[in-house]
Amino acid sequence: MKKSITTKEIIQKALVAGVIALSMSIIGFIALLGERELVKGWFSLGHVFLIAAPLAIAYVTVENMTHENNAKTLGVGFAIGAIASVPLILLAYIAVAVDIRQFLSNVSPALIELLTFGKDATTGSIYLLLLFGATGVFAALLNILPARVRHPLVIALAWMIGVATFSEILLGRLRSLLSRDLIKTIFAGKTLNPAFAVGVFLVALLITILWDAIGGSVKEKVAAFNPVQKKTMSAGKSLVVMVVILFLPLILGSYLSEVANNVGLYILMGLGLNIVVGFAGLLDLGYVAFFAIGAYVMGVLTSQGALGLDAGFNFWTALPISVIVATLFGIILGIPVLGMRGDYLAIVTLGFGEIIRVIAVSDLFKEIFGGAQGILQIPKPNFFGTELVQPGQLYYVILGGVLLALFIATRLRDSRLGRQWMALREDEDVAEAMGMNLVNTKLMAFATGAAFSGLSGAIFASKLTSIFPHSFNLIISINVLALIIVGGVGSIPGVFIGSLILVGLPELLREFAEYRMLIYGTLLIAMMLFKPEGFLPDQRRKRELKAEAELDGVEG
Amino acid sequence: MQERIKQIDFLGLVLWIFRTAIIVSMLWGTIATLMDNPYSARAWTDTIVAGIAQGSLYALIAIGYTLVYGVLFMINFAHGEFFMSGIMTATIFIAQPMSASGYLDRHPVIGITVIAVVTMLVSVGIANLTERIAYRPLRGAPRLVPLITAIGASFFWQYFFQGLYGSEVKAFPQIEVIVGKVNIAGIEILKSQVIVIIVTILMLAGLYFFVVKTKTGKSIRAAAENKDVARLMGIDVDRAITLTFTLGASMAGIAGVLYALVFRQIHFFMGFFPGIKAFTAAVLGGIGSIPGAALGGLFLGIFESVGPGLFLEGLGVPSPHQLKDVIAFTMLVLVLIFRPQGILGEALAEEKA
Amino acid sequence: MGIILSTRNVTKRFGGLIAVNSFEIDVKENSISSVIGPNGAGKTTFFNCITGFYEPTEGEIIFDGDKHVEGLRPDQVTLKGISRTYQNIRLFSSMTAIENILVGQHRHLKTHWVEAIYKSKRFVKEEEDALQEAIRLLNFVGLKGLGDQLARNLPYGAQRRLEIARALASKPKLLLLDEPTAGMNPNESLELMHFIRKLRDEVGITILLIEHDMKVVMGISEEIWVMDFGQKIAEGTPLEIQRNPRVIEAYLGSGAASGLNLEQGE
Repeated sequence: MKKSITTKEIIQKALVAGVIALSMSIIGFIALLGERELVKGWFSLGHVFLIAAPLAIAYVTVENMTHENNAKTLGVGFAIGAIASVPLILLAYIAVAVDIRQFLSNVSPALIELLTFGKDATTGSIYLLLLFGATGVFAALLNILPARVRHPLVIALAWMIGVATFSEILLGRLRSLLSRDLIKTIFAGKTLNPAFAVGVFLVALLITILWDAIGGSVKEKVAAFNPVQKKTMSAGKSLVVMVVILFLPLILGSYLSEVANNVGLYILMGLGLNIVVGFAGLLDLGYVAFFAIGAYVMGVLTSQGALGLDAGFNFWTALPISVIVATLFGIILGIPVLGMRGDYLAIVTLGFGEIIRVIAVSDLFKEIFGGAQGILQIPKPNFFGTELVQPGQLYYVILGGVLLALFIATRLRDSRLGRQWMALREDEDVAEAMGMNLVNTKLMAFATGAAFSGLSGAIFASKLTSIFPHSFNLIISINVLALIIVGGVGSIPGVFIGSLILVGLPELLREFAEYRMLIYGTLLIAMMLFKPEGFLPDQRRKRELKAEAELDGVEG
Repeated sequence: MQERIKQIDFLGLVLWIFRTAIIVSMLWGTIATLMDNPYSARAWTDTIVAGIAQGSLYALIAIGYTLVYGVLFMINFAHGEFFMSGIMTATIFIAQPMSASGYLDRHPVIGITVIAVVTMLVSVGIANLTERIAYRPLRGAPRLVPLITAIGASFFWQYFFQGLYGSEVKAFPQIEVIVGKVNIAGIEILKSQVIVIIVTILMLAGLYFFVVKTKTGKSIRAAAENKDVARLMGIDVDRAITLTFTLGASMAGIAGVLYALVFRQIHFFMGFFPGIKAFTAAVLGGIGSIPGAALGGLFLGIFESVGPGLFLEGLGVPSPHQLKDVIAFTMLVLVLIFRPQGILGEALAEEKA
Repeated sequence: MGIILSTRNVTKRFGGLIAVNSFEIDVKENSISSVIGPNGAGKTTFFNCITGFYEPTEGEIIFDGDKHVEGLRPDQVTLKGISRTYQNIRLFSSMTAIENILVGQHRHLKTHWVEAIYKSKRFVKEEEDALQEAIRLLNFVGLKGLGDQLARNLPYGAQRRLEIARALASKPKLLLLDEPTAGMNPNESLELMHFIRKLRDEVGITILLIEHDMKVVMGISEEIWVMDFGQKIAEGTPLEIQRNPRVIEAYLGSGAASGLNLEQGE
């Protein structure tokens, strides 16, 4: 419902935006992001995040108010932005006057310099006020502009910021391909040259405008394809995807392959936890336990060090054993919690995860698991005589694991067992009254989940060649839970997207990695509040329609 | 459901074996330890008193879980962070400057009072902010939703305060008057522990009186009983819930001050495990029950303190004190499997679980 | 006609409260019969005892000749051939209508999950047959074309019907309907009554209802048991029940407005 806005509301909203920007600043986030300059001499990622809150809040506020005339709308935008800068201006003045670093360790000179643009407090404050005001005006403008202008503008800006953010990685990949002069025109150090940044913006703008103009008719044409053409097209698409996945390490290079491998290990865990939490609705916070068990079994069986069993196991023979042991533990730890629901289950599984970790750290099994020192000298996987040392080689081991888990998870989801899990998630009592054995159904979920996690752990151990108990803390369980929720609870594609966003991005942006848990926490809350179904929600299959269509096909 | 347990026929047997094994090994360990008698009587009393002090802290934190669970039926995972946020802020902004200027040693009572007030204010502020932003919009959502939000809130506050004050351990200043021991009935007890125990008793008694006797307290209990009916009776349920969070967070704040007096080390992660332990205590005593939380806390504190030496030492476990947390969590699992309603709880927990 | 379900001395106590007190009924095969009574009389508790949600404190429940079902788990009761619906509709709300019915067929699906992974011929065949059966049931309850909708998105009446279809999917011999017309307007109720009769005639199963709406019960039941405070206070044909002074007292005495509908029965 749109309604006109009062001065009080404007001040309230603006102050919320201001306090968010202030909070991001005093915890050190903005200053850290400020170190990543996006366009040489222009602005950094810190600036982008600094204005994010006023931009978003001004946009939403203006969107929800009645639009009388453009001047007034833009004025409201300016007011929100300008007032939002007040808390930051106060911070700048206080920081100049007294040493508040003894209290708030992250209010650094770098932060104050960023906030005041390297000027003195008064000049800097005016700049900041104007920047925030302009941000508010821009937000209001986005509301006023017609979609055909707004859309290309937003897309082009996103492209420019995106390319600039990852410029370091881009540089790494391009350096060997382009001539030195060309590199110099594109990059200044590790950041983009203004000219190139503007170029990216303009190209993206042009392409988007073009696509907006003709994209509709292209889509129509595709939609009008006959079945044979459609089949060819989807076959073509899958072929391209397959080729890309197969040659990904070559495209990515060593560093990015390593990132891809970590993402892959999380996808494996995510696929498993998605069965437990997403399909069966059993909130397991001790999921890391099975990852740890898989890793430790692999370590004990194959290590060449003092703790190794030295029984002639290699990666491939130890792998199934790791998975089986993890699965057994999935069942053993599942039995005591069979009668528990919801939040009690969550806290007890969390307890199990901690018990496993504390036991691994303690001296109790030091002779087997190495206590806090962990297990060293675990060999890498060996493939017909070649040791898979490079990330680009290990990639294929992980890919194999992911594909296997994906295959099993998909097949099970579409089977009777999958329906049992979902019924269990929806209403445990009724599910039982449908004639299903709850004990078996739950244990199957725990076992499958544990198996995938154990597989991931075993590969992890071999990939790292050494394992330590503190790698297996609660945070891993929370990471996996967060990626499932972001992707969409119960959605298999969601696991992939969630892992890319939550594991891939922080590895590419070290700054994010430092604030990873803070971001995860925020994401968990924000997703539950605004998008509980996730970014790629689970799509139920259209079975009646398909069956009818097949029937028609037979009859026709 | 009423007869959930009977549904686990053969598994009932497995669980019975599981329970028996744990109880037998506990007894075995105890007997072996006592035969061996590695510790002096003095060491045992020290351990027990430390356990009571630790248990008092658990009890104070557990109140928050119990109250919120009683009203909203959610595990407020972020409650440990309410405990941490208050004392962390007060340490940095009040206690450390006060100590540096020598004020804290000159006027310890006023000093500690100011610290306690600031701690409580911050804890209550954080608690209500969390409730307002993250929990209130989700009332009536499926049960996992607020739980996940609470987990998110927990991590958010942990790492927010890490960013705010840095990740290193902060020292809570030493206060001269409470250094050393006093002799009570022939037992030497650390002064700080005496303070913890006395303050806890006073706080719990006051809280119990407030909730049972006053009108405001009754509104909380009405909201816990049935929110719709309470609303019909003219009770502002939102206000009752705010009050619940306020009470719980105040107790957590006080626990924070006491923790600081005893351990003198403050850091951003300090709320997480005490929080989970306190939840265990709340479940142990019967969630929803205030005396239950007190009893559960005390029980867990003593058990955790005495347990490693008593049960594990005799079993020949090396460095048993590393396994303190294992004992606490095993307790939790045992209670939830075999007596989900807790020691003092009604059938409430079972029904709503 | 034989007796398909008989309860002997069924009693359920919760602490000091006696919810069901020595309740005895004999349900004839292929009949439609009802348990009626004022709110809180213990009807749903009685249903819960039959379907395994509660274990009766005392008494026997004999189904289909010689099978004792008291004290069994809900899933075991279902396997014996009893199926039910719920007073406050309990569908699997984020699954589609078809999937709900497929879950209902659980009891008749036999393939192992391993076969599902490598898609054995048997598995594919079984899934196809199950789907066809589900679509047949969907059409039977009049929900053709709504199969791919999420259960929670269906209109109220359709949800009631879907719940019946799900219960039928287990091919029960006895179907227990817990207040099937709750929340329906008179027209919808009437329609549902016709449907219930059609169900009995075409599928050939026995139906036991709990109902509140007198009109519904009187119009459809062949035999009625009246429950008040957990006890049976009357039994007989609709005509006999309507004339029974104890029934009138129980209804009017408890102030239930539905009691006034008594005389409007068939």
